[in-house]
Amino acid sequence: MNGIFKKLPEQAARIIMLFITLAVLLFIVRQFILPRSLTDTVLQKALATEREAAKDIKYAGAQICAGCHEKEHNIKADGYHRDLACESCHGAAQKHTEDPTTFKPNSPRKRDYCGYCHTYNSSRPSGFPQINPNTHNPQRPCITCHSPHNPTPPKVPSSCAACHAQIERTKIASYHALVACTVCHKTPEKHKTSPRTVRPSKPDNREFCGKCHAKDAKTAGTPKVDMATHGEKYVCWQCHYPHMLGGI
Amino acid sequence: MDRRDFLKNIGLVITCGGVVGGLSAEAGALIINKEYDTAKHYYGMGIDIDKCIGCGRCMQACKTENDVPSVPFFFRTWVERYVIKTDKSVNVNNINMNVGEQTEAFVEKDALRSFFVPKLCNQCDHPPCVQVCPVGATFKTADGVVLMDTKRCIGCRYCIQACPYGARYLHPHRKVADKCNFCYHRLVKGLLPACVEVCPKQARIFGDMKSIASPLGRFMRMNKIHVLKPGLNTDPKVYYANLDGEVN
Repeated sequence: MNGIFKKLPEQAARIIMLFITLAVLLFIVRQFILPRSLTDTVLQKALATEREAAKDIKYAGAQICAGCHEKEHNIKADGYHRDLACESCHGAAQKHTEDPTTFKPNSPRKRDYCGYCHTYNSSRPSGFPQINPNTHNPQRPCITCHSPHNPTPPKVPSSCAACHAQIERTKIASYHALVACTVCHKTPEKHKTSPRTVRPSKPDNREFCGKCHAKDAKTAGTPKVDMATHGEKYVCWQCHYPHMLGGI
Repeated sequence: MDRRDFLKNIGLVITCGGVVGGLSAEAGALIINKEYDTAKHYYGMGIDIDKCIGCGRCMQACKTENDVPSVPFFFRTWVERYVIKTDKSVNVNNINMNVGEQTEAFVEKDALRSFFVPKLCNQCDHPPCVQVCPVGATFKTADGVVLMDTKRCIGCRYCIQACPYGARYLHPHRKVADKCNFCYHRLVKGLLPACVEVCPKQARIFGDMKSIASPLGRFMRMNKIHVLKPGLNTDPKVYYANLDGEVN
């Protein structure tokens, strides 16, 4: 080794030594001084994952409230708000579960909170209960009439037009104006409270319209057709829209 | 002391220091929550557009749970309101979390159809944000969540640019990129993400795709599923049901 260095010019030997020292230093820094998470991707990911997992939760989750507030839980379980988590209205409550006396969750009592969900908005799915806050008992807090844990509406809609106003207004000008909706649509009582899950029927056969419109029907003043030859392949409402003006 | 001894001593000090420092930094590393095995889970979220009422509780809960600044420019999850007009033009607005306080009703006279679209990080299987990060500060975990290493992030904003869904933002206080991680700290404790927890209509369905009996499994069987921007091959794990073609 010494022999080789002696054969080299002195400046070359020095620069080689310098590079060797630098390489050793780099190796030491990388292996021993830098934290291993900076050089080892697997470890870095594990540490970051662990850090993320160790963060504190703020929302306690739906299950825990019932442990103490059994009464409210049972009332809510039967009402329209049964699928609503307590913390949707009362806010994050993990601190409350740890120290129930010091930290109290919110109880929104003002009118504006209910409006987050129940103010009319044309983008909301139809059938979802909505009000116009300007005309629906303005200024009165919602909780004077509706209990938020069991928000039964004071009365369910009495006539079809309460929800189907557009069809009602069209029908009122048609020949079918005096035919009640329920003559053609069998409407279970539950449709008024669960409009999407329980739906009214539609006439599903030609004979239903034929009761008034067949050649041999007893009714007076209705247009009559020969059911045997008139559009025999189709159900009547596939061509004739019964709510429409003139019925065509 | 001659040069040889000096170099020897320096080398010894550096080596010892490195070993001691390295050991203390990594002591206790790699101990991941014992009850939680990342390999046994693979998370995804379903969103039913027909159920969303645009109440903004998910946005509120997310901000509370994850310390997102409350000013309305930073969101881990947000809800867009789509209004498609009769002339086929499309209006998209981010909803205000305090929409309930607004007294004017949201009614567009020339609207053809209108709906809300909740959005969040899609936790892509092929995430563009992970690809572009110059320091490897964001990565995919085995349970299918794209996580941020906030200690590694240098705040260069490449990932914010790269995300085709606009799901990332630069946290104004921590000066690092931030995004939805399905509330990872809640998942490891067996809880639901905060937005799913508070959703009053169960428009957000969360579940484990490795478990056939999870609510998400049922959601994926019962609905026709669409993802956002499928053409980008990002393979998102946020699945939409009843999504309109205008949404992108």
